[in-house]
Amino acid sequence: MTRTALAALLSHWRRRPGQLATLLMGLALATALWSAVQAINAEARASYDRAAGELGLSGLDALVRPGEPLAVVDFVALRRAGWLVSPVLEGRVAVGAGPPVSVLGVDFLSAPPGALPAGLAGLGEGEEPALLFTAPGVAFAAPALAERLRQAAPAGWPEIRADAAVPPGQVLTDIGAAERMLARPGEIDRLLILPDQPRARPPLAEVAPGLVREAGREQGEIARLTSSFHLNLTAFGLLSFAVGLFIVHGAIGLAVEQRRGTVRTLRALGLPTARLVALLLAEVVVLALVAGAAGVALGYVIAAALLPDVAATLRGLYGASVPGVLSFDPGWAAAGLAMALAGALVAAGQGLWRVARLPVLEAARPRAWATVSGRALRRQAGAGAVLLVAGIAAPLVAGGLGAGFALLAGLLLGAALTLPLALSAALALGAARARRPLTQWFWADTRQQLPGLSLALMALMLALAANIGVSTMVGSFRLTFTGWLDQRLAADLYARAGSGAEAEAIRGFAEARGAGLLPTAEVEARLDGAPGTIRGITDHPLYARSWPLLSSAPEVWTRVARGEAALVNEQLARRAGLAPGDPVGLGPGWALPIAGIYSDYGNPRGEAMVALPALQARFPQAVARDFGLVAPAGTGADALRAALVAETPLTEGAVIDQAHVKQISLAVFERTFAVTGALNVLTLAVAGVAMLTALLTLATMRLPQLAPVWALGLTRARLGRLDMARSSLLAALTFAAALPLGLAVAWALLAVVNVEAFGWRLPMHLFPRDWAVLLALSVAAALLAALVPARRLARTPPAAFLKVFADER
Amino acid sequence: MLIAARDVTKTYPTADGPLTVLGGVSLTLDRGETLALTGESGSGKSTLLHLLAALDTADAGEIEVAGAALSGLSDAGRAALRREKIGLIFQQFNLIPSLDAGANLAFQARLAGRHDPDWCATLAGRLGLTDVLSRYPEQLSGGQQQRVAIGRALAARPQVLMADEPTGNLDEASSDRVAALMLELVAETGAGLLLVTHSERLAARAGRRLHLSGGRLAGAGTHARGAAE
Repeated sequence: MTRTALAALLSHWRRRPGQLATLLMGLALATALWSAVQAINAEARASYDRAAGELGLSGLDALVRPGEPLAVVDFVALRRAGWLVSPVLEGRVAVGAGPPVSVLGVDFLSAPPGALPAGLAGLGEGEEPALLFTAPGVAFAAPALAERLRQAAPAGWPEIRADAAVPPGQVLTDIGAAERMLARPGEIDRLLILPDQPRARPPLAEVAPGLVREAGREQGEIARLTSSFHLNLTAFGLLSFAVGLFIVHGAIGLAVEQRRGTVRTLRALGLPTARLVALLLAEVVVLALVAGAAGVALGYVIAAALLPDVAATLRGLYGASVPGVLSFDPGWAAAGLAMALAGALVAAGQGLWRVARLPVLEAARPRAWATVSGRALRRQAGAGAVLLVAGIAAPLVAGGLGAGFALLAGLLLGAALTLPLALSAALALGAARARRPLTQWFWADTRQQLPGLSLALMALMLALAANIGVSTMVGSFRLTFTGWLDQRLAADLYARAGSGAEAEAIRGFAEARGAGLLPTAEVEARLDGAPGTIRGITDHPLYARSWPLLSSAPEVWTRVARGEAALVNEQLARRAGLAPGDPVGLGPGWALPIAGIYSDYGNPRGEAMVALPALQARFPQAVARDFGLVAPAGTGADALRAALVAETPLTEGAVIDQAHVKQISLAVFERTFAVTGALNVLTLAVAGVAMLTALLTLATMRLPQLAPVWALGLTRARLGRLDMARSSLLAALTFAAALPLGLAVAWALLAVVNVEAFGWRLPMHLFPRDWAVLLALSVAAALLAALVPARRLARTPPAAFLKVFADER
Repeated sequence: MLIAARDVTKTYPTADGPLTVLGGVSLTLDRGETLALTGESGSGKSTLLHLLAALDTADAGEIEVAGAALSGLSDAGRAALRREKIGLIFQQFNLIPSLDAGANLAFQARLAGRHDPDWCATLAGRLGLTDVLSRYPEQLSGGQQQRVAIGRALAARPQVLMADEPTGNLDEASSDRVAALMLELVAETGAGLLLVTHSERLAARAGRRLHLSGGRLAGAGTHARGAAE
């Protein structure tokens, strides 16, 4: 019995392969976008975990010599005095044609317990530990890098072994081998201070007078900083999934409705209701698993394509190292399948519920799937209005990123639910103004199609609004960011000194050439209790002329130059609720009033600016290593750069001109939003599929409505053309509804979500040309989607129309 | 006795208050017997058939079909009775549109686990369907669809066949041919036949007839054996 009934139910799909393909495609696409985002997030999180395991370096305090490397004698002196320290040497080195490699040299014997990467395989069983310390030594790298280095490593490098525990892009080796690889014999960058030190040991100033203790950075900082980025991605993934579900809901709902007759017959012929529902449920589960598996596979492909851009974004924005290559994780694959299953069950729930409650004597003809009462429309719009109000209220009653996303969800879902009523009202208005009979029929018939198309139109509106919202945000950001870069990068050249001697050389060069010099020094400190950076600057008119201040107190630059006040970035001001005139804590026992707040896009951390002498008085290790140079009148930046490289020990790589910095910054910016853009386009494509699906399925139910009009004298070709015009009209009306919604979404992103996620607020700019393109695209997509059913209609044999009248007898 | 109904009543709620469609109907049907139930539209004849076919439940009274008291059956029990003991023929044919004529014809027999390919082939031949078995319902004429529906009802060799206006959608000539075939096959299988129709021509072909009016059985043809018995 079960097999026979199942065969009867499944035969529906055999007869309608297009509908089956649509259902599978919708669910697969939705799952693909969702699992792609999950795969990217999982990969990034795994990288953070690996980075957190990296020697525990960032978490430990260390001893450094400001501006200079340490020497082996410092290490020996400290160890002899009883200080438990471990040397670290790190640097980047170019290998072959690929990107530079980070080399991390440690002393495996004295490295703190648990500081080496978790799960590091190390040497094989039976191998002598001396292999690590004696030339050429052994180095460990992630498998992909190890493979590359085996091909391209220069002579004299240690033996490279693959070890998945090592963070990507990094080579871990003994400090002796690292000295050779980096060509820095006898140098140490810092001495890690082990957590458990003997009590009786001489003070640091006595053993190593020139060294400064540097506080370790908080563990998990990267994960904390990037969480908002991942939340953004997840929100986009969910939106795509929701748009996909509209397709699935439509396809499954239609399948259930189309089979009402079969369901009734099966019941009448003796199939128990429970068995019938179980079979339909099993069918949904199987379809969901098939589509889900395809979606997960497709998601993997999408994620692999997007990951390099995501990695670049994370590196550029947060300094987080994520490999550009995706590894398969059963976790997100299972989560993708679960989402597909849950989505399909939600979409099928209403239909299954109806089947379970369907009286066996219910009329066998498909109940009006494509009809819905005006009362139901109003009820749906009422629910939408409630969601809109709840969304708008969320940021007013609760703060945080969650409230920002609640606002977005309320706006999008609320507007989607009210769309059918709004379109119905617009079409009724059109019908009321129509005079000619054909036009009247066109408006009325379009209105009659509305319920059947409403899910697809809602999906289209969601996709369009998301597109307008995100592109407005990105466009506004791009305009603001470009202007901000011009202000912030006012100097012509930027040079970094590797040592005190190089710093002196730069000063001497600037003085000799008459170039303006803007030295800066940075220290890590706790700003109002949270980790951040203090930047020391010198007095220069260029700051007053160009530094991007958002708000300021009188005599801002004079007071900063005198060391009487500080500037803070927007992120710190928003986080700590600071305004000009408020004091800001810059470390133990040091606070200054705020003279101004500056915009600092792309920096997730809090930052303060003070006069360099004031900074050095508090932090002796704050040595100016970064210099901005302003070319004197009559000298170009290129000439100044060439002279700087020629007359000082600085290498080409240590000097960078303003144009190049801007180019790099803008490149980082573009890559940051490449992922969002790609997801945006994919979501729009899914909405296009939804439209096609709805039109194709509606076309199968249209004959009884069209036959009388055909009989009254309209040609089939004209009916087809009218159907295409109808699709364009609906797409254009939907766009008209999506535009204000998209702008509201853009405002929410710029004024609420960005502020919560990144700590800065951007002005909103409008881009009407983009809207025109989007309108043209959506009408074109609607025309394309209507083309197949319209052609089919134009070629429908007259006998099929006549059959409608015959069936009515 | 294949069917025994005693004092069956059925009332539907309406905006103007409860509407009694059947008010204490009693009838019987024996094995091999053919009974036509006639009446005007709205007389309650289809409702009575639905109750006897275990498609709906009576408000009061007793119904036994093939030895099973319907009031004691669960939904699953009623489904099993329909599947195994009853063959149903509808005015609207109610074929499964996604299955071809052959699969539709064999469908109930498969559902009941009593599929006999030879018997199905015989039925298809007798019903003149052999050449159209691979066609789908939408590709068949009304007469052909009804013949497939009759074949489906008989393929499981039911004890009782119940037909609701089986020729209501057919022209006169087709109607006569389909009715003749149906009665012939029922006679061959020995099943009982309950026929609901408003067609005098069709009712005249039955062995016995009852007339339903205003929800009650009224005097019928000379060979009637209705409530009075």
